[in-house]
Amino acid sequence: MSETRLAVNKTYKLYIGGAFPRSESGRVYAVTDTKDRPLANAPRGTRKDARDAVVAARKAYPGWSGATAFNRGQVLYRVAEMLEGRREQFADEVSAAEGVGRNKALASVDAAVDRWVWYAGWTDKLAQVAGGANPVAGPYANWTTPEATGVVAVLAPRKSSLLGLTSVLAPVVATGNTAVVLASEQAPLPALAFAEVLAVSDVPGGVVNLLSGPLAEVAPWLAAHQDVNAIDLAGASHTAGVASVRDLEIAAADNLKRVLRPEAKEPDWTADPGVGRMLAFTEARTVWHPTGN
Amino acid sequence: MSNTISTPGKAFEYAPAPESRSAVDIASSYGLFIDGKFAEAADGATLKTVNPATEEVLAEVAVGGEADVDRAVKAARKAFRTWSALPGSERAKYLFRIARLIQEHGRELAVLETLDNGKPIRESRDVDIPLVAAHFFHYAGWADKLAHAGFGPDPKPLGVAGQVIPWNFPMLMLAWKIAPALAAGNTVVLKPAETTPLTALRFAEICVEAGLPAGVVNIVTGAGETGRSVVAHPDVDKVAFTGSTAVGKEILRTTAGTGKKLTLELGGKAANIVYDDAALDSAVEGIVNGIFFNQGQVCCAGSRLLVQESVADEVLHMLTRRLGTLRLGDPLDKNTDVGAINSAAQLDRITRLVASGDDEGAERWTAPCEIPAKGFWFPPTVFTGVTQAHRIAREEIFGPVLSVLTFRTPAEAVEKANNTPYGLSAGVWTEKGAKALWTAQRLRAGVVWTNTFNRFDPASPFGGFKESGFGREGGRHGLEAYLNV
Amino acid sequence: MKQETLRVTAIHPVSQRGQVKTGDCASTGAVDARAGALPVEREGYLARRYACRYAHVVTMLSAFPADPVEVTSSEAALTRFLHGLPGIDKVGAESRAAMLGTRSIKKDAKAFAIDLAISMIDLTTLEGADTPGKVRSLCAKALHPDPSEPGTPRPAAICVYPDLVAEAKRALGAAPVNVASVATAFPSGRAALDIKLADVASAVAAGADEIDMVIDRGAFLSGRYRQVFDEIVAVKAACARPDGEAAHLKVILETGELSTYDNVRRASWLAMLAGADFIKTSTGKVGTNATLPVTLVMLEAVRDFRAATGRQIGVKPAGGIRTTKDAMKYLVLVNETAGQDWLTPDWFRLGASSLLNDLLMQRHKLATGRYSGPDYVTVD
Repeated sequence: MSETRLAVNKTYKLYIGGAFPRSESGRVYAVTDTKDRPLANAPRGTRKDARDAVVAARKAYPGWSGATAFNRGQVLYRVAEMLEGRREQFADEVSAAEGVGRNKALASVDAAVDRWVWYAGWTDKLAQVAGGANPVAGPYANWTTPEATGVVAVLAPRKSSLLGLTSVLAPVVATGNTAVVLASEQAPLPALAFAEVLAVSDVPGGVVNLLSGPLAEVAPWLAAHQDVNAIDLAGASHTAGVASVRDLEIAAADNLKRVLRPEAKEPDWTADPGVGRMLAFTEARTVWHPTGN
Repeated sequence: MSNTISTPGKAFEYAPAPESRSAVDIASSYGLFIDGKFAEAADGATLKTVNPATEEVLAEVAVGGEADVDRAVKAARKAFRTWSALPGSERAKYLFRIARLIQEHGRELAVLETLDNGKPIRESRDVDIPLVAAHFFHYAGWADKLAHAGFGPDPKPLGVAGQVIPWNFPMLMLAWKIAPALAAGNTVVLKPAETTPLTALRFAEICVEAGLPAGVVNIVTGAGETGRSVVAHPDVDKVAFTGSTAVGKEILRTTAGTGKKLTLELGGKAANIVYDDAALDSAVEGIVNGIFFNQGQVCCAGSRLLVQESVADEVLHMLTRRLGTLRLGDPLDKNTDVGAINSAAQLDRITRLVASGDDEGAERWTAPCEIPAKGFWFPPTVFTGVTQAHRIAREEIFGPVLSVLTFRTPAEAVEKANNTPYGLSAGVWTEKGAKALWTAQRLRAGVVWTNTFNRFDPASPFGGFKESGFGREGGRHGLEAYLNV
Repeated sequence: MKQETLRVTAIHPVSQRGQVKTGDCASTGAVDARAGALPVEREGYLARRYACRYAHVVTMLSAFPADPVEVTSSEAALTRFLHGLPGIDKVGAESRAAMLGTRSIKKDAKAFAIDLAISMIDLTTLEGADTPGKVRSLCAKALHPDPSEPGTPRPAAICVYPDLVAEAKRALGAAPVNVASVATAFPSGRAALDIKLADVASAVAAGADEIDMVIDRGAFLSGRYRQVFDEIVAVKAACARPDGEAAHLKVILETGELSTYDNVRRASWLAMLAGADFIKTSTGKVGTNATLPVTLVMLEAVRDFRAATGRQIGVKPAGGIRTTKDAMKYLVLVNETAGQDWLTPDWFRLGASSLLNDLLMQRHKLATGRYSGPDYVTVD
């Protein structure tokens, strides 16, 4: 029986506000592996999907940014736990999507799990590392804390479909931002599958929203969106064009978005990430209060 | 009293007490300060800077063109090699020297600032110039401690910094830009505002007096076009700008795709929230300081008063009573509280926005001030009956104009305070500590003053959320803007 | 009440859209902010502007619904009222006082202020070593502060211990200089009430025009406000003279022992509610005497009290005020906090001893253009 059983294929969907909708376009695009063999269809997300995702992210922002750092750490650790339980599945996804051998793919999944753990541990430490008390010359208590920037659009790296995605997404949400992620156009399936991990990980709906679709069609809308506070251009191109770094920076200027520019070529995501990506999406807030009786 | 005849109180009017102008010696004309020397602009262009309190021309100042900016950037690039290679401890000593020279020339600089800007001498003397010296002193100490600043073991300077500063705190903004840049090992090309170039030019002379190597600091005076040249110059690695949000956006578009590192400190429309349990006398002082300090020409000015309805009438009574004691007039007079508006253009802008408040039906109250016959002046003004929909509640007026709104609950106060594209600063007044902190936590602003307002310190980071810009100036955070981190 | 409460134009006047409202005294009509466009009637404008600037410092204040009878009806009511007064931010009050301390008083203004300050002095000697001779010489100084300048104003009062009141009265005769006496077991106030009242009565009987009593700081700090209140009421009664007049009562809060500005405000209101004619900072006998911020808080209190009740109360900082510069700062504080109405010896006093000679030396300087020295003023 089993050899004749027809496999049940997964319909990949977007992940917006904690739900799994189809694209409002009603369209999909064919995703292939690195050798152009068809893998599956991915939703062809549009500017309207991006708009809905931003609304969901904004709605989730007060709760997530207002949660205690400890609580966010617990949730991020839960993501790692859920991913760990699906190592095999994601090794297959990554292997297919990136065209790497299964062992290499598994190592990449493990690194992604470990990265979630790393950022889970950062949530209640960054304020001490990046903030502090300021010794002002007067009778005032004065301190600075890093605060979440708000809704952050993330153009996920093109190649590293899960570890790269994790490396750009986890630092954004660790500090209390909510995210709208546009998955790698070429390799979106691990990201879309990863949404299923998030859905069972105590991550409140809307904190992470995942879209797939053409970079050139969706990214400019995210870059120009007035209710997006920051954008990570990790997946953008340095070469001229509608989704180029330059054009997206220009679009982002309209509401003073914080822009994290990509490196010249996609970095080695296994390297120590440091705190840079977290700090890129925080705002230092300084509070003054007189001291007197 | 049983033995004395009851006498009515006597009028105590203060005689004029002008600070002497003899401390300053303004030349009739100034060149650009490039590579350690003053020189005319290549095309000989000049502009006149005037005393806004009298409209008297103070000096002619060169207008740097593209060629001049290029020469300045080249000088800065050349100086960068040696300056960045100096041991941090040596750079520190130059900055300490500069800090001390500023202190020594404090009175002169205060008078010069007041003449060129129109701000009261009390402010330039007690706030601006002491903070300038303190800022250099603070960052001097960082120069040989960069490895301990939390940016890795060996952070590097960026190179040549192009810096464009506004006219509201001319020398303080210069200090905020130059001190951290130099401490980190960068060299700078700084363009002061066209209406307030004089203290920057005097600072150039102080650099010479301090023996600062040529080319480390270059001062290129001029107007918007000069600033554009500085920002767009391909060999500028870092752009630091303080000014309007509109120009900030223009800079972002200009530099898009170039990889230039940016810090922008832009406009604001700060809410000053007064709860019903505030120390009201202090709150009134804070409101006054928040919006009438420097004639309200402050990006972090508390221009939106959000007062809890249950004390609104009383706070307004107290406020208008207090505003009646403000002394508007000669900025050099030591008793002046409200000086001149910096320029005719700024006065026009204020006047236009105030007219919009009238048109949109807000109620205007004007402090009873005699307006001097010459110069640019605007009396302290309070609008009541303002809602979030009024232009005067949304747009930065950059003048002595307060918009008063009311709220009923803490949640409503926070919501209204945050309901703006800006996010530079905010104020909170309550004697209840828990409520002050709860509110501060929720305000989307880079600086929150609780039970105080408009305090600044070199150790305290300053900068905005949202459209008020990004990057911080002051303290350890301020170093980041000038390091390759 | 005689003191008509002055009002700033209501902030919500019914007016036409776009019409400009200014303070009472300013010109009405559209104000064009442009230089010179203010359509003012120049004649008399400055005077009115002045009056507006400072006289209108006083206005109605709804936060202090002080029905004196109601809020003092019980210990609980009094406590509720005093604890319900708005707080004072220490840093804010001190920086406001410091800012006013930077006012520069020159030329005519200085001459005016020096004479005003001299006229407000309670020339004080409160030493264990005081003798009739010392008091006589102080009285002579009050009568002729500057023998070389007959036009020099006299201080408002001589301030002595009760047993020297009679001596002071004799020395001053009919001259318009009051005799003030400290009383109520000054300076500590640590005595039984009947002894304090006897102390007051003896001073009044000896002819004291003014009584400077101390409050029971121990009672105040332990929250027994009603006891403090009752004592003040009793002392006030003891100030009465058989002729139906009464010695004026200054209530010394001893702010240096109250420690916080909130306490200073509460004690000020307590004393005013109990019938004080003046509230006074200090005895001069503890580590911290009058300070500018404490005086600021007390001036705010008398301003607010008049607004709430219509009754005007005087203020007297005492102790540590030694120089002309100090005195100028206090006058500026009065001018810009309580306003012009308090700029008279009837409503503001400076408790001091060495201050007078410094003021006289500064007076010489203004008159002659050269600096004076201590040998040119009398030591009494």
